Amino acid sequence: MTFTRETDHGTPPALATGRNVTLTIDGEAVTLPEGTSIMRAASLTGTAIPKLCASDNLESFGSCRLCLVEIEGRAGYPASCTTPIAEGMVVRTQTDRLKQLRRGVMELYISDHPLDCLTCAANGDCELQDQAGAVGLRDVRYGYDGATNMGQPKDQSNPYFDFDPSKCIACSRCVRACDEVQGTFALTMEGRGFDTKVSPSQGQDFLSSECVSCGACVQACPTATLIEKKVVETGTPDRAVVTTCAYCGVGCTFRAEMRGQELVRMVPWKEGKANRGHSCVKGRFAWGYAQHQDRILKPMIRSSIDQPWREVSWDEAIAHTAREFRRIQDQYGARAIGGITSSRCTNEETFLVQKMIRQGFGNNNVDTCARVCHSPTGYGLKTTFGTSAGTQDFDSVMQADVMLVIGANPTDAHPVFASRMKKRLRQGARLIVVDPRRIDLIRSPHVEADHHLPLRPGTNVAVLTAMAHVIVTEKLCDEAFIRARCDWDEFQDWADFVSEPARSPEATAPLTGVPAEELRAAARLYATGGNAAIYYGLGVTEHSQGSSTVMAIANLAMATGNIGRPGVGVNPLRGQNNVQGACDMGSFPHEFSGYRHVSDDDARAMFESAWGVKLDSEPGLRIPNMLDAATDGTFKGIFIQGEDILQSDPNTHHVAAGLAAMECVVVQDLFLNETANYAHVFLPGSTFLEKDGTFTNAERRIQRVRKVMAPLNGHADWEIVQLLAQALGLDWKYSHPSEIMDEIAALTPTFAGVHYDRLDAEGSLQWPANEAAPDGTPTMHIDGFVRGKGKFVVTDYVATDEKTGPRFPLLLTTGRILSHYNVGAQTRRTANTAWHPEDRLEIHPVDAENRGIKDGDWVSLRSRAGETTLRALITERVAPGVVYTTFHHPDTQANVITTDYSDWATNCPEYKVTAVQVGLSNGPSDWQEDYAEHARQSRRIIPEAAE
Amino acid sequence: MTRVFISADMASVALGADQVAQAFVDAGCEVVRTGSRGLFSIEPLVEVETADGRIGYGPVAADEVRTVLDGAHPNRLGDVAALPFFAAQQRFTFARCGIVDPLSMADYAAHGGWTGLDIARSADPQAVVDTVKASGLRGRGGAGFPTGIKWQTVLDAPGAEKYIVCNADEGDSGTFADRMLMEGDPFCLIEGMAIAAHAVGAGHGYIYIRSEYAFAVETMRKAIELSAARIAPFTLEVRVGAGAYVCGEETALLDSIEGKRGQVRAKPPLPALAGLFGRPTVINNVLSLAAVPFILSAGAEAYADVGFGRSRGTMPVQLAGNVKNGGLFEVGFGITLGELVNDIGGGTASGRPVRAVQVGGPLGAYFPPSMFDLPFDYEAFTQAGGLIGHAGITVFDDSVDMAHMARFAMEFCAVESCGKCTPCRIGSTRGVEIMDRIIAARIPEPAPPTARTGTLEKALYSRSPDRIDVSPGAQTALLRDLCDTMKYGSLCALGGFTPYPVLSALDHFPEDFGAPAPIPQAAE
Repeated sequence: MTFTRETDHGTPPALATGRNVTLTIDGEAVTLPEGTSIMRAASLTGTAIPKLCASDNLESFGSCRLCLVEIEGRAGYPASCTTPIAEGMVVRTQTDRLKQLRRGVMELYISDHPLDCLTCAANGDCELQDQAGAVGLRDVRYGYDGATNMGQPKDQSNPYFDFDPSKCIACSRCVRACDEVQGTFALTMEGRGFDTKVSPSQGQDFLSSECVSCGACVQACPTATLIEKKVVETGTPDRAVVTTCAYCGVGCTFRAEMRGQELVRMVPWKEGKANRGHSCVKGRFAWGYAQHQDRILKPMIRSSIDQPWREVSWDEAIAHTAREFRRIQDQYGARAIGGITSSRCTNEETFLVQKMIRQGFGNNNVDTCARVCHSPTGYGLKTTFGTSAGTQDFDSVMQADVMLVIGANPTDAHPVFASRMKKRLRQGARLIVVDPRRIDLIRSPHVEADHHLPLRPGTNVAVLTAMAHVIVTEKLCDEAFIRARCDWDEFQDWADFVSEPARSPEATAPLTGVPAEELRAAARLYATGGNAAIYYGLGVTEHSQGSSTVMAIANLAMATGNIGRPGVGVNPLRGQNNVQGACDMGSFPHEFSGYRHVSDDDARAMFESAWGVKLDSEPGLRIPNMLDAATDGTFKGIFIQGEDILQSDPNTHHVAAGLAAMECVVVQDLFLNETANYAHVFLPGSTFLEKDGTFTNAERRIQRVRKVMAPLNGHADWEIVQLLAQALGLDWKYSHPSEIMDEIAALTPTFAGVHYDRLDAEGSLQWPANEAAPDGTPTMHIDGFVRGKGKFVVTDYVATDEKTGPRFPLLLTTGRILSHYNVGAQTRRTANTAWHPEDRLEIHPVDAENRGIKDGDWVSLRSRAGETTLRALITERVAPGVVYTTFHHPDTQANVITTDYSDWATNCPEYKVTAVQVGLSNGPSDWQEDYAEHARQSRRIIPEAAE
Repeated sequence: MTRVFISADMASVALGADQVAQAFVDAGCEVVRTGSRGLFSIEPLVEVETADGRIGYGPVAADEVRTVLDGAHPNRLGDVAALPFFAAQQRFTFARCGIVDPLSMADYAAHGGWTGLDIARSADPQAVVDTVKASGLRGRGGAGFPTGIKWQTVLDAPGAEKYIVCNADEGDSGTFADRMLMEGDPFCLIEGMAIAAHAVGAGHGYIYIRSEYAFAVETMRKAIELSAARIAPFTLEVRVGAGAYVCGEETALLDSIEGKRGQVRAKPPLPALAGLFGRPTVINNVLSLAAVPFILSAGAEAYADVGFGRSRGTMPVQLAGNVKNGGLFEVGFGITLGELVNDIGGGTASGRPVRAVQVGGPLGAYFPPSMFDLPFDYEAFTQAGGLIGHAGITVFDDSVDMAHMARFAMEFCAVESCGKCTPCRIGSTRGVEIMDRIIAARIPEPAPPTARTGTLEKALYSRSPDRIDVSPGAQTALLRDLCDTMKYGSLCALGGFTPYPVLSALDHFPEDFGAPAPIPQAAE
């Protein structure tokens, strides 16, 4: 793809009314939907009307006055952006009179604009420059001795973009983008008349304002007023490649704008169906880790973890690894090794890793990081609906009347989708939030939750069952839906169960902490407010009753008929970019791709015939089982691709002990991560910019990842796995990831219609995409559930064993923050640290005062599993008795504290509930000191002998 | 005890009415504070209740109580209504102003108040809208859009919630009719709004008053409280502006009520369909709404019988500036500009010849006396390159420098521009700069024709002020081009009408711009 700018039609598409009107534009008859602006109508039919304040992702504004047109029978010169088309209208967009007016307006613009085009960073990529050319401005007769807005100081506080008010044309596009697209309302126009200026907050700089650095304003700016620092440094791009972001599960598509092999900027792609042209600070700006000096580019091996690393050739590293794995299997048995696939790698790479394990290792010891996040989603939704995925596409939210957000913090963790949610909420949708913390969505500009149920961590099931109690006992169920779509007997059993007085909001309030009346009102709103959609996150799954909670959610949706059409549904907000895909690709020890159990003879036979080996019909080990087996001495080798289990998995001591007990730990990653401190082989990985493949986002949307530069480490990740598989004796000959996808499609019924040609042509596909659904499936379970009848499951609340007491009186819950991603391996190696340089412990003022803790004090955080120290942040965002922290920084090691309790069905760790004590501290814990020393020793590298 | 009537109108108070009133209280009189009759040369005016009716004295000073009560005061006026200034008027809207106690519900009812509302409420909404249409009433804020048609649009607009908004952000220089009415007869406005609410199905109304009108704000708030039961279920509240002229523009006013930056909205959508908070909204000027009770009670015909051409009914004209009889003169359309300025206004206060009048506020055109036979009529004024606006007339004598007045128009626009659209935001500042160059160049003599006009010197990349042609001729041509861009390119009337005073000054008084004087009127 060469560098062409995306067409901007000036105003958004009209709201669909189904009616068309026909008009004449410059003599050509045009028929378009009612409500379309003249500007858009002209643009769609090939006539670009000059414009500066209009953009098709913003409501029309009508301020620049360049887009004036003539309409027969109407006085004056209406702005084409704000004037809708009408039947029989005769419009002229190019007349001498219009040229004169437009030139007059442009002459005014340029009279207050620096004429430094040749040295301006936007030279060649500036709408003002383009439009001055388009209207034929040749002279500015006002001279340059008059008043100007030039010479104002630049605001360079944001690490990624500069704000140079001297170049501002006061079009308000940045302000409107912040309001309408991002929904943060951080910018405003300050002053009036000639002094009108863009102001972050109230005259603050960008960094200290409410700005979340999503980049929408920079994208909207038609001049160099708001411009990426990288463009200032590098110059304008000369080609662009559309690819998919490697951060969260929203799956934003971007144009990677390149200058040669250098990435200049990532600009959200307007055609992207997941993000619709929007972005967040991570995807838009935080990609610098790909070129970070910490990246390891050469393979390394060592015989024990107390030795320094030794750089070796790829041949040696691969041969050594294969040799070690075979040695261990010979010595300890075929099941003594296993592997972990990565939710950050592509579908193709994930598929290859599990294939290598099943085909090459000869066992099912494969698991993935979904184990520790959304495995309960897989179990719960498969049990109730029949498929392990969210039911809607993201666009569905724009038809929701009520949103029920449970255990999710979208503005931090899924910011681009959160902006869509906020847009819909500003249009009048109602909001219920179930969360122990006061997340931002509860109250932000022009958004306010109708109900916040601040439950005590660990009581999700009790709260959701109490909501069901209200819905059933107040007869708010959708009986017609239930009779038609679900098993009526199961429903009745469930209804009897939830109706018991012990499940009522009043009875459960003492343990959940949620006021009964508030809960009742929320339940009524969910059941009767129109289209009601549930969005949930890890606050649902990462509990000892995670799977029960997912099923309780599914029960609510079925009982109220809120499933099977746009605007409703059950929507897990997936954490990592390809966690959906990793699960789809057969990364679990009990399932092949497409969620078919390994004991399913037909499925197994299909793979056995394709791969030419006998496959194990017994499920393999899950991650925690692998670690347990390692400490027991029966599990000796592991291949870990793109996951840092030492930092991300619970009970760090146990993880460390398990890894230390193994004989061959192979880590494939971009950086020497924490797990690598326990590894014997390090295989350098490639970034998403350096390879082809696909990611599948939270809405089951399969999107292309495209290589924009050669892998710095020499090989794409899929090639490395292939090298290892070949060294293990497997006959693999993939020359491109598309061939892997062809194999996936051939072996996975829900992916049968997925092919790179189609993805390239159509942009994306939502699985199932097969003969039954040739265009993919935006909304699932429309006419029937995948499993047939929807299944109501009785969800009895069982309190977690993790209980507060005199020693550990507070409950710790964990989460993440906007500027960082997961273990922070990527984002900590970018300027995102400007916003969040360390993990902090959020603690309520009362709890802080009782302990003599002041804001910013170092505190120790102790549980029965371990102890760490970090600084306190005193806030009423958490309730008394609850503390909260993030796990982005390895220095903090939040998971030293978390325990090995887990979901009863899937072993998903109970990250969200840990009984802790907090006290003032003088310095790092013993573990932190010991670990820091171990990490320092472990990261020593002996360079490869002179080449 | 003697009863006297003294205006509490802001203008009367400025002339000392409060002190005069206090003096009469001290003298043991019962003082009724009214609104102003509307002729400021006789303020502070004191009217004494006698067996022969109210006898006026004015102006009166605070130490002249005795002579007034004696009847010996030299400024004895007799029956004020019989003075030529008042006798010549047709007071439909201002019939009660200056006569009644503004906050007396009894006074209001005794003087015909609430009749219009009662008639309206006994009819169905469409009939009320039809009556307003038949009256020919047009928007008194300046645009002259037929009020009945606007109401019809709101009546027909779907929506459970609709609003009545009264634009009382009276910001034009030389205008004061809205203020006088709100201070002198607030129930009249309230009644008009209640009628409008009935006609279109609105439940709530806002009166948006400029912050400078502290008396009007207080009076309206009290009047709303007093009449709440009378107008129920319709409810009203006052919103106070924050000093921006542009908030008198209807869409900026709506944004301001909504709590936003007062900035002009693009139309469509029309406020009638998507106005305040996105709901169908009637937004009318004070004078439009205050004309409605008369129309309902006296009938559409009584109103429409008065007027000229398509301009029906009366207009409360405000005479201000350098004029002898400054004040409010309500009269049917069709009276000529000359009659208003010379006959009613009595010429200039300075006694010097009238050189120009500006009609319609700071965005209105300047007219020379040669155009004084222009009839007061929307269409006639438009044709003559001007506008009636809010019917403010500001008079200037022959000492006025019209180039400075043109500069003032641009400066006013620059100060008051909301900053949304480019022609107004940048153009007004450039207009001031052009006027400064013209004013500088015309004194002491025309600029010598130096080599300033070559094409190279005018190159776009030049930063030197010398590289532009600053001769009055070139700058005047540029001024005309700028006015063209502003007039046809601006988003609202602020930028769009600023060229009226500028171009009219330039056209009628070119000699003030360093050009030859126009050929004398003999050429006509």
